[in-house]
Amino acid sequence: MNASVPIKHTQAESDLIDRFEAAKGALSGSVAVTALREAAVSQIRDKGLPHRRVEEYKYTDLRAFMKSAAPLAAAADESAVKAILGGQDAFGELERYRIVVANGAFLPGLSDLEALAGEGVSVTSLTDELAGEHGAQLLASPKSAANDGVLALNTAFVQGGVVVKVKEGAEISRPVELVHVAASAGGQISRSRISVAKGAKLRLLETFAGETGNGEINIVFDYDVADTASLVATRLIVGQSDAARLFTSIATIGAQAEFKSLGFIAGPRFIRNQQFINFAGENSNAGIYGVTMARDEDLADQTLIVDHAVPHCNSREFFKTVLDGRAKGVYQGRINVAQHAQKTDGEMMTQALLLSEDAEMANKPELEIFADDVICAHGATSGQIDEDLLFYLRARGIPEDEARTLLVLAFLAEAIEEYGEDDVTEGLEARVRDWLAGH
Amino acid sequence: MLEIKNLHARIAEDETEILRGVNLTVKAGEVHAIMGPNGSGKSTLSYVLAGKDDYEVTEGEVLFDGQNMLDMSPDERAAAGMFLAFQYPIEIPGVATMEFLKTAMNAQRKARGEAQLSIPDFMKRVKEAAGHLNVSMDMLKRPLNVGFSGGEKKRAEILQMSLLEPRLCVLDETDSGLDIDALRIVSDGVNKLRGPDRAMVVITHYQRLLDHIVPDVVHVLSKGRIVKTGDKDLALELEKNGYADYVDAAA
Ligand SMILES: Nc1ncnc2c1ncn2[C@@H]1O[C@H](COP(=O)(O)OP(=O)(O)O)[C@@H](O)[C@H]1O
Ligand SMILES: [Mg+2]
Repeated sequence: MNASVPIKHTQAESDLIDRFEAAKGALSGSVAVTALREAAVSQIRDKGLPHRRVEEYKYTDLRAFMKSAAPLAAAADESAVKAILGGQDAFGELERYRIVVANGAFLPGLSDLEALAGEGVSVTSLTDELAGEHGAQLLASPKSAANDGVLALNTAFVQGGVVVKVKEGAEISRPVELVHVAASAGGQISRSRISVAKGAKLRLLETFAGETGNGEINIVFDYDVADTASLVATRLIVGQSDAARLFTSIATIGAQAEFKSLGFIAGPRFIRNQQFINFAGENSNAGIYGVTMARDEDLADQTLIVDHAVPHCNSREFFKTVLDGRAKGVYQGRINVAQHAQKTDGEMMTQALLLSEDAEMANKPELEIFADDVICAHGATSGQIDEDLLFYLRARGIPEDEARTLLVLAFLAEAIEEYGEDDVTEGLEARVRDWLAGH
Repeated sequence: MLEIKNLHARIAEDETEILRGVNLTVKAGEVHAIMGPNGSGKSTLSYVLAGKDDYEVTEGEVLFDGQNMLDMSPDERAAAGMFLAFQYPIEIPGVATMEFLKTAMNAQRKARGEAQLSIPDFMKRVKEAAGHLNVSMDMLKRPLNVGFSGGEKKRAEILQMSLLEPRLCVLDETDSGLDIDALRIVSDGVNKLRGPDRAMVVITHYQRLLDHIVPDVVHVLSKGRIVKTGDKDLALELEKNGYADYVDAAA
């Protein structure tokens, strides 16, 4: 170990250390959980926030971006949450059940707990669970995410979240929307565990509403997909925001199971959406999709590690990015195939469409293969709108702006259509149009 | 309806001059054929009329109903009634054909200050036009031109033309890639649109299309100029003797 010279803390790092001192009495947890929180804060104290000299954050320098750290948001006022929920509806008329997390904590009063219980879904508060005997297990991280700075920030400060359990064989008739509301300014740090038991099927929607001022959002979703279970998670992050948006998914996929996710991002100033996908059982499929839009000085980062630790699993990764202005897009995707993970089939593609000269895309797809009998491929493209296509549309009377919009929609549609889930994704065209119109 | 006067145009990128003084007047109700060897500038002329900015007009003018068409954007030209059936229709993955048709028709109507089409009215028009051109519903469900055979693409172009009801139709080698049956279907589609208020410029390399779409006037374009103008018999003569005489004449 190199005897490290203590780093000089940035304002944000000092703020975070102060925040921990101020909040630690109120942050829930068993003795083991408190130890994990202390260790996570030490990591921040010793190494600082993740920055560009940390390989995984080469393009996404959180340390340089975060000028300060607000205190944690206070408990949400229910009527304020209601007002925000009444105003936003990312999925329109889609029939669904709702679970509400506000200012980092579960709000049972606004969640459809009875209906969910009727379908075999139990929902409990992470805050309560962390204080319990098995609390520390809820903060476990996979090997591929060890020492991750964003995850450490979450562990240190996690205020609450939910533990959702879908019972064996239950096929939930409607999608379940896990909506995160920022009802007032301040850091909003939550973590949720979603367990789908054997043979069960869940479609999850993850949405976010409200303003946080200069408070960062840091949310971890920890999915546990049991043997023969199926989980489809659609994450929708739309709208402008100034402070950092940090999202982490951890997925553990059992045997003969299905996992599919779409991360749809349009508008935040600084976002990292990182996923750690782990195949733990054979003959399973994962489809990881991403649609990202960024403009002005925005930075949007989709980072992904898929660990094929067992044989006979398929994974498909398909990411689309549209950049305008001086925005920067990042895609870092790695497929690891362990030595004995024979018959792995992995296919990763990342494509960027640059609407301006100054936009910039960092595409980094990687394969790390130790098995010899696998089919793995990756590809990356980056280009502009095809002028010949644009001319064809205009020659039919479609004005330039609308023609460009159609071509952007067409570009993104490839990933959205392959993802499927038409009832869930049909509203996304309107979100793309909103973004193109500058909202 | 269309007046092209001393039109000179070059490729914007490398400034190669392609059109070197084209003069052409087409009146409402007339069908003009433009024939000529490969590389003579036929497609370039059609693109310049449609407003593609790969080409730069260096001299001359183009009037459409007396209006300077060169000042208009491609979509304004389309809304004003100009239609180009492309020699090579482009595949646009991700854009559904029906959605495209509806967007184009309504965009033109909007530009002209007309009401938007209702969905049933739109569907009725598409079904009717598609029926005449033997365009299947299955084709219409696919993304625009994607996976269409050469002949299907050409039929889709004429379908668009029928639905958009332009007043000036420019058809660039619509016959290429068509077998005899498809040629008849496409020609019938085009002939249906002939009328006293509509003008057509039919560009073709071969005479056989002109058996079906009988032109009022035939021009020969060579090296960027119209070097001969005649009636439909000129096409027959070209079929027999080839373009050799005219290539030399233009040199
Ligand atoms: N965009 C372009 N870039 C380069 N060369 C071009 C371009 N458009 C046309 N040309 C050239 O101009 C000449 C005329 O082409 P074109 O108008 O397509 O002829 P035609 O349709 O009569 O066969 C050809 O030599 C062709 O290669
Ligand atoms: Mg041509």
